[in-house]
Amino acid sequence: MHADAAHSDAALAGLSGAILHDEIVPARAPWLHRVNKGQTLRIVDLEGNQAVDFLMYAAGDDAERYSAQDTITAQANIFLRTGTVLLSNEGRAMMTITGTNVDYHDTIGGACSCESNTLRYGHHTKAQHACVDNFLDANVRVGRGKRDMVSNINFFMNVPVEPDGALGIVDGISAPGLTVDLRAEMDVDVVVSNCPQINNPCNGFNPTPVRMIVAG
Amino acid sequence: MSGTADPYGAQAHARAMAGTKVEAMPTLPAAADDASGPVVWEETVAAGGYASRRLARGARLRLIDLSGDSCVSMLVFNVENPLERLNVADTVKVQWNGYLGQGRLLLSDMGRVMMTILTDTAGTHDAFCGASNEASNARKYGDGKNYGAHPNARDRFMLGAAKHGLGRKDVHPCINWFKGVRVEEDGATTPDIGPFDEGREIVLRAEMDVIVVLANCPHVLDPRDDYSVTPVRATAWRGEVTPADDDARNATPEGLRAFLNTEDYYAR
Repeated sequence: MHADAAHSDAALAGLSGAILHDEIVPARAPWLHRVNKGQTLRIVDLEGNQAVDFLMYAAGDDAERYSAQDTITAQANIFLRTGTVLLSNEGRAMMTITGTNVDYHDTIGGACSCESNTLRYGHHTKAQHACVDNFLDANVRVGRGKRDMVSNINFFMNVPVEPDGALGIVDGISAPGLTVDLRAEMDVDVVVSNCPQINNPCNGFNPTPVRMIVAG
Repeated sequence: MSGTADPYGAQAHARAMAGTKVEAMPTLPAAADDASGPVVWEETVAAGGYASRRLARGARLRLIDLSGDSCVSMLVFNVENPLERLNVADTVKVQWNGYLGQGRLLLSDMGRVMMTILTDTAGTHDAFCGASNEASNARKYGDGKNYGAHPNARDRFMLGAAKHGLGRKDVHPCINWFKGVRVEEDGATTPDIGPFDEGREIVLRAEMDVIVVLANCPHVLDPRDDYSVTPVRATAWRGEVTPADDDARNATPEGLRAFLNTEDYYAR
């Protein structure tokens, strides 16, 4: 499904260059897309507080991929904000967050999986759809697999850390129509899981669609 | 004519080295007079060095920060299916806490407990900042290559993993033992690099048959100009598989389900 790229569309405001791609990702679905160096990917949280689990791979060598730990270390902060450079496991810039109207995004909480759901909520959740299955669904079709799963980004998800180390996914700080803009610093293959989780507040207990716009 | 100009002389020269002792080396046959069971691995890992080892379910792995300046980065794989590996994000998320210490579990990406932290006298560890890489060491120390004076943890991992048939894609987010990182209210990461007392130690219990890969390189947030790290002693001994009444197994509902998943995996 493609959204109408009408000139009056507020979701396109501030994007420079041509609109190269504009798509609504349904609730619970995976998404895979190449974003080339210099292009901007805008993610729109259409209905608010919808976690967008995000991984990316260097287009020429997918053993180079997003690294949450390298990204945290380079900026000496766990939260992803405007200006954060998203680094690879080789320490190279993959994308930069050039703008977001959400205070911060998460990269320590990881992706939900059928298996970890059994720990977090009980074995009755084993059959529920999960982000790792979305990542695998998208990756396996292009020759990647389970070895390509690493710690990811969760846009529009809120994971605070308390002084005693307590952490958890808590109520979101996003809202309908809020966005994050990512400028590619190299050619990257972006893989997204529009999170299907229903057992915690990461999606307000109600998974919803998100919009992906590529401009440049 | 030199003493090594022919094979006989070269052989004699090589054999004359036997019995040399250095600080960083393995002990064979494995032996330690301070282990709590039959010793299966005894090795002091060099400053800047690495090691990898297969450990049986139930084995204990003790790491001793001999001189107080070790930084041991660790990967963990399931021996029989290395696609299953330590998942740092799940480890902190499932246990509702980002700080590692006694009683905490190391969880795989398949919802299983891989290792348990049985004891911890250090209290400063890091699940957030990961390994140094060639670029970060080159920036800080002038070079970061395996063949140079400032090896980086990520490339150490690559070598350790390769010896078990694993590759770059298998080098996953890691845990750092003995150097701490705290998260401030605004998300800032504050490293705790020491100085620390000599002899701090952790003891881990393998809850699955695992491959552990260790890299002993300066923490990636170490503020010191010098490449500062000291050797770590690794000792492993055989031990019982975790019984049903084990305190760590039963400490939390999430952890108990991780043990149930591991026990289910070995029901065969």
